[in-house]
Amino acid sequence: MNGKGSGNARSLAYIPYYLWVVLFVIAPVVLVVYYSLLDVEGHFTLSNYVDFFTPVYLKMTISSFWYAFLITLFSLLIAYPAAYLLTRTKHKQLWLLLIILPTWINLLLKTYAFIGIFGTYGPINALFGAIGIGEQQLLFTSGSFVFVSIYIFVPFMIMPIYNALEELNVSLTDAARDLGASSWITFRRVIFPLTLSGVKAGCISVFIPALSLFMITRLIAGNKVITLGTAIEQHFLVTQDWGMGSTVAVFLIFAMAVIMFLTGGNRKGVRR
Amino acid sequence: MKSMTRTLILILVAALALILLANRLNSSQGYSSGNTLTIYNWGDYIDPELLDRFQEETGITVIYQTFDSNEAMLTKIEQGGTTFDVAVPSDYAIEKMRADNLLIPLDHDKIPNMQYIDSKFMNLSFDPDNKYSMPYFWGTLGVVYNPNLTDLTFESWEDLWDPSLRNDLLLTDGAREVIGTGLASLGYSLNDTNEEHLQEALDKLMGMSPNVKAIVGDEIKLLLANDEAAAGLVFSGDASEIMSENEELDYVVPEEGSNLYFDNMVIPKTAQNVDGAMQFINFMLDPEVNAQNTEYVGYSTPNDAALALLPEDVSSDERFYPPDELTAHLEVYENLGKKMLVHYNELFLRFKMNGS
Repeated sequence: MNGKGSGNARSLAYIPYYLWVVLFVIAPVVLVVYYSLLDVEGHFTLSNYVDFFTPVYLKMTISSFWYAFLITLFSLLIAYPAAYLLTRTKHKQLWLLLIILPTWINLLLKTYAFIGIFGTYGPINALFGAIGIGEQQLLFTSGSFVFVSIYIFVPFMIMPIYNALEELNVSLTDAARDLGASSWITFRRVIFPLTLSGVKAGCISVFIPALSLFMITRLIAGNKVITLGTAIEQHFLVTQDWGMGSTVAVFLIFAMAVIMFLTGGNRKGVRR
Repeated sequence: MKSMTRTLILILVAALALILLANRLNSSQGYSSGNTLTIYNWGDYIDPELLDRFQEETGITVIYQTFDSNEAMLTKIEQGGTTFDVAVPSDYAIEKMRADNLLIPLDHDKIPNMQYIDSKFMNLSFDPDNKYSMPYFWGTLGVVYNPNLTDLTFESWEDLWDPSLRNDLLLTDGAREVIGTGLASLGYSLNDTNEEHLQEALDKLMGMSPNVKAIVGDEIKLLLANDEAAAGLVFSGDASEIMSENEELDYVVPEEGSNLYFDNMVIPKTAQNVDGAMQFINFMLDPEVNAQNTEYVGYSTPNDAALALLPEDVSSDERFYPPDELTAHLEVYENLGKKMLVHYNELFLRFKMNGS
């Protein structure tokens, strides 16, 4: 970073990154902000922002955050123990591969499969019928929406947590044990705080995409769950009201920036 | 570090080799020479055999692409950068494309097969004298239902509000279709832009929410065929497809009136091969070709001569070929302008939010 002689070569090497950032990060954001200031007829206006703060969009925002929160929470509850057990297994690489494997399959294909699985005459309901619970409506409920989303996002939660656990120095846990800490205390005071960075990375990589989910809301939730992502898709593809779609997108970008700032800011707060 | 550089180089070399190979293949199949025709059609809307036959007969290489909504198609053509020679938009989209100068006029002398089209499908309001478009398929909007799962007959739109249908109704994810259902049930026009009427329709629709199991896209065909719900709001073309999967189902157009739609072939401004496009349109209107396509796709054909070639049980099915006195009070969607479209979608969004 603070090399002196090679300064010129260094700044030359940065050019591709600057270009990348300008072309693919800054330019699109500027365009989105620009479009958010246009109404359907292309006039400059702030009306899109006024519209955003009406009950319809506020309710949508709240439900988006709520579902993203639920998806992240349950993903974490499943992923942490899974990652922990993974570090203790014999054939780590194999298990890891099995967990990553589903992410190679297209998201829509996986989602489509659940339409069949959760259907009134699908295997789950057949099982329910066999054990006497009786037929349940699974498809087009918010529960199935959360379930399918968790299924899709869990690998992205497991990976960073697994990496953090792998990096954990075993002598630290050994020391805790030697000093008389129970397993629970060891986990709470040593293992968990030291893997918090992985947990944070996982939560961000689940929460942010979950916030802008679409398609699953239609395929699995039958539009009973409406998220901001659905609204953006509708405005761009169906209504062709790019202004409103961009306004929702601006709000999402803003929300994500806030989240990144909040979770990134207190990295030092782990010590205690 | 060394192995990483090696991997990078390997990837680059592989990518370059693939680009070269793709170019080679393209030129050997004539893709880069001038004699190609790019067709932009709805998904699953043509018998692929006919594309092969067209290629054999004319020597024109066909590139076939699909879309799933008029709006998606419009966006692609408006944005440019595409080379579509033939597209198949619906009525109101044609009206819009005409107004926006996105279409090339047809040379009727080059399309002699237009003589086979039933005159009632020609010279319609969205394209007077068929200057820009030729009918491909047509249909209605109605209700598919399973008589074993419900006692309702859906002769009136009111049946969709019936309490016995609780959580047993699927809707097509379309603002004009759903809001239109509300409007039609109140006796208003499907092209109504009166704010009070629209508000009234929305209020009425809110009462339908408990019956709505889901608002879905193309999956509605699969779901209804699997008896996932007792009834569904669908287009007749989809209905005939669903009914060929599940014979217990029936289709009806409620009597208060509904939507009558037309999908017509047009030549968009993006065309590179206008002559080829005319040849293709003429080819698709050939009675024998059209009959084969109709049997494959299952939609209603506007082609009289083709209809005569179809089996009796198809051509006399009044659900898909309703008599004139029935179609007379059906309405074709008009292009209501962008502002109204946004408003319709806003209302539809409110209806969706109500169900969540």
